Amino acid sequence: MTLAIDVHQLTRRFGSFTAVDAIDLDVQQGEVFGFLGANGAGKTTAIKMLIGLLSPSGGTARVAGFDVLTQTEEVRRRIGYMSQRFSLYDDLTVRENITLYGGIYGLTDREIRERSDAMIDKLGLASSAKRLVRTIPLGWKQKLAFSVAMLHRPSVVFLDEPTGGVDPITRRQFWEMIYAAAADGTTVFVTTHYMDEAEYCDRLSIMVDGRIAAQGTPVELKSEFGVASIDDVFVQLARPAAAEAGR
Amino acid sequence: MKLANRVAALRAFVVKETRHILRDRQTLIILLLMPLAQVVLFGFALRTDVNDIRLAIVDAAPDEESLALRARFSGSGRFTTVATLRNPDQLETRFRRGEADVAVVIAPGLASDLAAGVPARVQIITDASNPNTGTTMQAYASTVVAAWQGDLRGARAGVRIKPDIRMQFNPTLESVNLFVPGLIALVLTMVSALMTAISLSREMERGTLEVLLVSPLRPWQIILGKVLPYLFLAFANVLTALLAAWVVFRVPFRGSLVLLLAASTLYTLVGLGIGVLIAARTSSQRTAMIGTMLGTMLPSTLLSGMIFPVASLPAPLQLLSNIVPARWFIVVVRGIMLKGAGVTHLTTELLVLTGMMLFLLVVATRSFRERLA
Repeated sequence: MTLAIDVHQLTRRFGSFTAVDAIDLDVQQGEVFGFLGANGAGKTTAIKMLIGLLSPSGGTARVAGFDVLTQTEEVRRRIGYMSQRFSLYDDLTVRENITLYGGIYGLTDREIRERSDAMIDKLGLASSAKRLVRTIPLGWKQKLAFSVAMLHRPSVVFLDEPTGGVDPITRRQFWEMIYAAAADGTTVFVTTHYMDEAEYCDRLSIMVDGRIAAQGTPVELKSEFGVASIDDVFVQLARPAAAEAGR
Repeated sequence: MKLANRVAALRAFVVKETRHILRDRQTLIILLLMPLAQVVLFGFALRTDVNDIRLAIVDAAPDEESLALRARFSGSGRFTTVATLRNPDQLETRFRRGEADVAVVIAPGLASDLAAGVPARVQIITDASNPNTGTTMQAYASTVVAAWQGDLRGARAGVRIKPDIRMQFNPTLESVNLFVPGLIALVLTMVSALMTAISLSREMERGTLEVLLVSPLRPWQIILGKVLPYLFLAFANVLTALLAAWVVFRVPFRGSLVLLLAASTLYTLVGLGIGVLIAARTSSQRTAMIGTMLGTMLPSTLLSGMIFPVASLPAPLQLLSNIVPARWFIVVVRGIMLKGAGVTHLTTELLVLTGMMLFLLVVATRSFRERLA
């Protein structure tokens, strides 16, 4: 079976600064893969290369079986993306946002109608379907944004810090949605700053200064570093880098 | 992706853009009323034809001929005699205080000079502190004197050469006829360049553009999707401006409306190209807005021939005016509106605009893509 994400020696330089330094990643189909790193470690640069927003300086990356550099079109149809910033349109209603993305991804009018009905129902937004997105609470917005990213049933979905600023209960519900997507066979590639969320992932990769410093299941990583939580793993890895940066 | 799917995706995008426009009521109302307000305001404020010219007459020794000349002035409808003086010494103060715009000084013995066949002397003095109106007032005054003189000759010496001057296309020299085409250009620039720059940089600022770029939408679909709804707004604006110009100022429309709308489409696309280019090169809505103001509105007003004729600009600016799209578009609109010109008369201008459009759309799409790499 082909890997959902297959990355070799992927590199991105900005002038003399190397933001992503020859990283390797392999993510299985249906995995929930956590991508951790301090601010400025190169996470966002790496994600941008995987979704075709940034061209690599070197190395190769295949997503959903296609090369991101040469088969961008094929990749784009098979991936979903939820950016760090809230990416729905405030001045459109819930249903209008769904319809827009359905149309952009080439769904038929009927598919759009059926899927948005199901989605609105599942999210409990039936009474708010005609409200402007601006007026609904943040937690609902994030869940809606995730559902919209999943509307065209992508094979891989990229979530860039999806739960920033969201209350603990909504975060819990959000992760239930992530598991449901993974159970349906979608690969979930997620970055986060919350270390408790990292524990929910099938496998993790921790980036430090543009390199991958550790990779494995949460259990493997904890035993490798002899600590009790992913938080401690992260602190051990990130500390030398932080000390160097402060020097 | 199949063409049908591309069209469907474009449709979804156009619907979204239309909703943005319709939902932002305040901006929409401003955009729709702008041409009306501009035609009326500019039309009244910028006109260079002058009425109610205040006239001071110096007539040292009134006789039948000098009285006849004075009657000509008061009968012309343009002049109001504010002072009749015996002595030219007081003129200086009158002008200085701004009490008179034009003075006509009639030398003593006008009737006797004329009777004797000696050249008669009439002097016209104009307040030219505003050169535009000064020239116009001067011209009006000369016309009155010339008419008087013409009749004089006709009566006394039989028929001589009598020039019959007719101002073609704009016989009454209504300056508003010249401004309306300029205003159409200005309004279209605002709707096309400014609004696309703002709406595109808003999507960049808010991060929604990133999501669109990750989707299967191609850059040309995004640009076209932004363009189409504004094109309709531009049509509405052109029609409003024409209607307002006709209702309020009776500006004629002699040419083909279809041709004018086609030319407006071309010009709007040029503006949109500029808007996209500016949005792609700037990082915030505010910068994009100021950039568009400076980069399009200013040259469209000052270097386009809308207010100041291109021929009266200094040579370097004349050269520069060639890259201002409005300079070409205004010629087209004036040609269609006032002269009823067809495509064949406007080939150069239309070709220049087409060239500009192709160049800008290619460059804009490219710089849009470069932002990603």
